Amino acid sequence: MSNAPVDKGRRRFLTVATSVVGAAGAVGVAVPFIASWNPSEKAKNAGAPVEVNIGKAEPGQLIRVEWRGQPVWVVRRTPEMLASLEAVNDRLRDPNSDEPQQPEYAKNLHRSRKEEFFVAVGICTHLGCSPQFLDVGFSDYVDDAKSGFFCPCHGSIFDIAGRVFQGVPAPYNLVVPPHYYINDTTILVGEDGEQA
Amino acid sequence: MNKLIAWFDERIPMTKTWNIHLAQYPAPKNFNFWYIFGVLATLVLVNQILTGVWLTMNYVPSAEGAFASVEFIMRDIEYGWLLRYMHSTGASAFFVVVYLHMFRGMMYGSYQKPRELLWVFGMLIFLVLMAEAFMGYLLPWGQMSYWGAQVIISLFGAIPFVGDDLTLWIRGDYVISGATLNRFFALHVIALPLVLVILVFLHIIALHEVGSNNPEGISIKKPKGSVPESEKPKFQFHERFTKKYDIVDAFPFFPYYIVKDLVGVAIFLFFFCYVIFFAPAMGGLFLEPPNFEAANPLKTPAHIAPVWYFTPFYAILRAVPDKLLGVILMFGAIVALFVLPWLDRGKVRSVRYRSGFHKFNLTVFAISFIALGYLGLKPATEVYTFFARVFTFLYFAFFVLLFFYSKNENTKPVPERITK
Repeated sequence: MSNAPVDKGRRRFLTVATSVVGAAGAVGVAVPFIASWNPSEKAKNAGAPVEVNIGKAEPGQLIRVEWRGQPVWVVRRTPEMLASLEAVNDRLRDPNSDEPQQPEYAKNLHRSRKEEFFVAVGICTHLGCSPQFLDVGFSDYVDDAKSGFFCPCHGSIFDIAGRVFQGVPAPYNLVVPPHYYINDTTILVGEDGEQA
Repeated sequence: MNKLIAWFDERIPMTKTWNIHLAQYPAPKNFNFWYIFGVLATLVLVNQILTGVWLTMNYVPSAEGAFASVEFIMRDIEYGWLLRYMHSTGASAFFVVVYLHMFRGMMYGSYQKPRELLWVFGMLIFLVLMAEAFMGYLLPWGQMSYWGAQVIISLFGAIPFVGDDLTLWIRGDYVISGATLNRFFALHVIALPLVLVILVFLHIIALHEVGSNNPEGISIKKPKGSVPESEKPKFQFHERFTKKYDIVDAFPFFPYYIVKDLVGVAIFLFFFCYVIFFAPAMGGLFLEPPNFEAANPLKTPAHIAPVWYFTPFYAILRAVPDKLLGVILMFGAIVALFVLPWLDRGKVRSVRYRSGFHKFNLTVFAISFIALGYLGLKPATEVYTFFARVFTFLYFAFFVLLFFYSKNENTKPVPERITK
């Protein structure tokens, strides 16, 4: 054993250097553990876009498809439904769709590419339940509108363009997923397409 | 036999540990009914681990196989139904005894100095227990498993900026899927029970360091040499406790309290077995009706309510119209309990010697908690939401009021010794 006096500065430097390198190593080791919780390649592939055939949709009908495991609605709206949009404007939380709940091309009164067809993710923005489509009977909740969406979980209500009303728990309008028209009778849900 | 014990004692502190923690541990002589719940919580923990291990032997942790494997356990495994009902009833029983155990601590000031850390360990146990119960409830992969988890995981989505990425990371998919089920299974059967057992160990070690409180809230440790020999209990306590203090009004935990606790255990098992055999679903409270249907991501049950032990906090969440604020308030309700030892600035522990207003305040708190639990089970109608707001206000008012009046509270004189 050496009897040389203890070099405190050197000892301190070595302690700090070892600790820093050790901590960096610990962070490195944590990476695979944390990253393994991210969606797998398989899950990402399952999130691929889906086609919806709207050729046979009746006016007032809702078509339900599954995209990324979520229900996506395509509603063919009647002129009467579209007329009700203006009527309820003053009772909505976000009537102009200022919150980024939709692609740019759906930031309009009817929240869709084409007025007639409304495409939305059928999941309530409050806590993820799936609201019910009321093609009639919505007037139980709102005057001036016969149709809309009602979430049975916590009573949130949305108009026929998925815009949320004031005074309900849901904070935002329903999400409009990226979508585009491949042709007149087919919508592709999950991609913006070249027209965007 | 003595030789064998001596052989071990030379190599590991066997007899010493037995004496310090059981045979020569001084427990105050005036424990009442409320002091049974710690032992019962330990008993339920053992029940959960044992039945849990056995359920794991036949459970299939995958989105395709989970629901069917639970039905397989229920119908085709010998006594599978009993093991599963012991486990599912045990989950609810765990919360019953833990809530009563916590309320005991609040009544008799068991969180006050020097037992703050003991209380914090207890709260950590409560928190891990909630995580454990939540993840366990997803495993049967029924409708309520699925949608209940959906609601709770979306809570994290309320966090600004990172919320959406965080929920995606927790789920491991764009929706709750097999990936979520498998990681919850791993956490439920390995990670969290391990943490739970360690926390329980720390809770007990901390308890035995500071000593048990009692319904009078008086210390049984007196200054060394202040108690005449004739007034000391005729029991031998370990020198670890008697080195610095004279111990009064106490019994050794073993065998006296163990034997007494056995009576409580028998009464508890009577109720426990009744539920297991005659009402395992407890009218939809312990096992909710939609959960007898397999998970379906495209169909939300008409009314989603968490299991009863989460409903007080769920009611607070729903009472607030703003999503983020609701989540903050819900977690705030638990944080408030965590910091209770520092909110209560009083010096008198037991409710018996505290002011009339404190008794009133504590009663209102207990009523609010139960009322919120009831309201959390109900759909969010206007009337129910109004009451949920009132009781949420009263829940938090308990802590705020306590902080202010406890400093100069009009308390009764506290006796020197535990009375007969």
